Amino acid sequence: MSALTESSAPVRPRRRLHRLERAAMRGVIVREVVNYSSFWRSSTFSSTVDPTIYLLAFGFGFGSLVSRVAGYRYIDFVGTGIVATTVLFSGAFPAMYGTFVKYSFQHTYDAILAAPVDTEELVTGEALWVALRTGVYGCVPMLVAVVFGLAPSWGMLLVPFIAGLAGFGWATFGIFIAAKSQKIESFSYWQSGLLTPMFLVAGTFFPLTRLPEWAQVLGNFNPLFHCVQLVRHVVFARETVADLGHLAFLLGFALVAWRMAIRFMERKLIL
Amino acid sequence: MEREVVAAEERAIRLRGVVKRFGGLTAVAGLDLDVPYGTCVGLLGPNGAGKSTTIKSLTAQVIADEGEISILGYRLPEDSKQARAEMGVVPQLDNLDTALTVEQNLLVFSHLYRVPKARRTAAIDRALGIANLRERRTSKVDELSGGMRRRLLIARALLHEPRLLLLDEPTVGLDPQVRQELWALIDRLRSEGVSILMSTHYIEEAERLCDTVTIMSHGRAVASGPPQALIHEHAGVEALEVYGPPSRLLEVEEQARTRGWRTRRTGTSVTVLHSNGAVELDGERRGTNLEDVFVLLTGEQIE
Repeated sequence: MSALTESSAPVRPRRRLHRLERAAMRGVIVREVVNYSSFWRSSTFSSTVDPTIYLLAFGFGFGSLVSRVAGYRYIDFVGTGIVATTVLFSGAFPAMYGTFVKYSFQHTYDAILAAPVDTEELVTGEALWVALRTGVYGCVPMLVAVVFGLAPSWGMLLVPFIAGLAGFGWATFGIFIAAKSQKIESFSYWQSGLLTPMFLVAGTFFPLTRLPEWAQVLGNFNPLFHCVQLVRHVVFARETVADLGHLAFLLGFALVAWRMAIRFMERKLIL
Repeated sequence: MEREVVAAEERAIRLRGVVKRFGGLTAVAGLDLDVPYGTCVGLLGPNGAGKSTTIKSLTAQVIADEGEISILGYRLPEDSKQARAEMGVVPQLDNLDTALTVEQNLLVFSHLYRVPKARRTAAIDRALGIANLRERRTSKVDELSGGMRRRLLIARALLHEPRLLLLDEPTVGLDPQVRQELWALIDRLRSEGVSILMSTHYIEEAERLCDTVTIMSHGRAVASGPPQALIHEHAGVEALEVYGPPSRLLEVEEQARTRGWRTRRTGTSVTVLHSNGAVELDGERRGTNLEDVFVLLTGEQIE
């Protein structure tokens, strides 16, 4: 009780707390993990079943029309591309809705920011947790594709890391969207106007080379496209120098989205 | 300069000239506030007086435009994180994780408040004990009554044995029995030496629990001091409650004005203050209270 009965000035040495402290981010992640234990079934279901349905629909539907695409068997093409779809579904969407709900309905951030946690640590901790899940979920439809004939390879061991990196970018981008949105209805604009076109023009289900040139140029600014290329190349050991460019793009996307998420969340949370 | 530093160190909370504007609206307009160590200070004021903005500025969720804030000797906003590590906050809005159990909620915040691993179990158990929630350890928050949830919010704020506790409207919307239970809990914490700042618009609450009260109106402190001293200074010793039809009440008000006494309407009656036992008015005599002060200083009209 000594800490409680002390009524004079503080005598303990001043502990200087820094930015981006691990203790603060760990606290944020522990909160997420403990909550996840109560909804992991539904979350895992929606994050992995959706892309698997796309995989099967395109695999059986398209796969019966075309046998080879861009030098790959179609099952190989779509079985690797689908990783990026999963990254989007399990990265951006949970971050968007999770952030909005915690901010507007549960007032969770009020409680967290009253503890020794800053907005930067809050955003980073939550995004790291989503990235971790995305790294794991990202592999699920690819493993389903293995059942349908995608050949296992050592390169697949790198896929969780690529998915995790891309997942961090999409998680922070999702947090940024939530920070910019006054109403949850505003998400429709982002989803229909940006995320759905990106999801389709990523080289997941068909190669960008068949699209008009302007679409190809735009595709190069799509982080999902770079994720798809990187995954395909490591799985089939077809890495080239260009893959460093894909990796650099994903790193740059993650960095920019991370800083934007922090900046706009600060604007929303700190008045 | 030296004396100024010492003065800040002697207070758990010290605000000087704090101003906060939201666009054209000035929510806090030059507020001075002191919470000496080991005391309970009440922040009293009508809705919109700036109480919540003030409380939020103490956790740096609101950054003041002007003025100085120091908490437990730390300057805000730059050292706010250190200050937050040593204080507990009980919010007005319930922000518990409702899908989790009582114990899980406390576990999460024992991490957020950086309770060392070896002390975590004991800290949770201690907080459950203080809030009288040991029996509900494994209950989901969804299953708790409003009073229990509020006690859990207090328990959550005490996990790291803070020296300072902020309570934002701690008993709003609760039954009288539950409020009294919470008052006992808050009083116990204060007697154990925790410094407390509590915002409230329940006058009885402030009168019972607080060593000093600061009354806020339009973002400023309009009066500050121990409840009894404020009552004597602003409302006098005795109040005269005069009942009657509206015309009679107007008459009484007019009469009081000519004698230089202050009055306030109390719904069906007029309360005459500072009349010091004058006998020409026929009414019920009663002791003055903090509510008289509150209404005199913050105005009768609800804006």
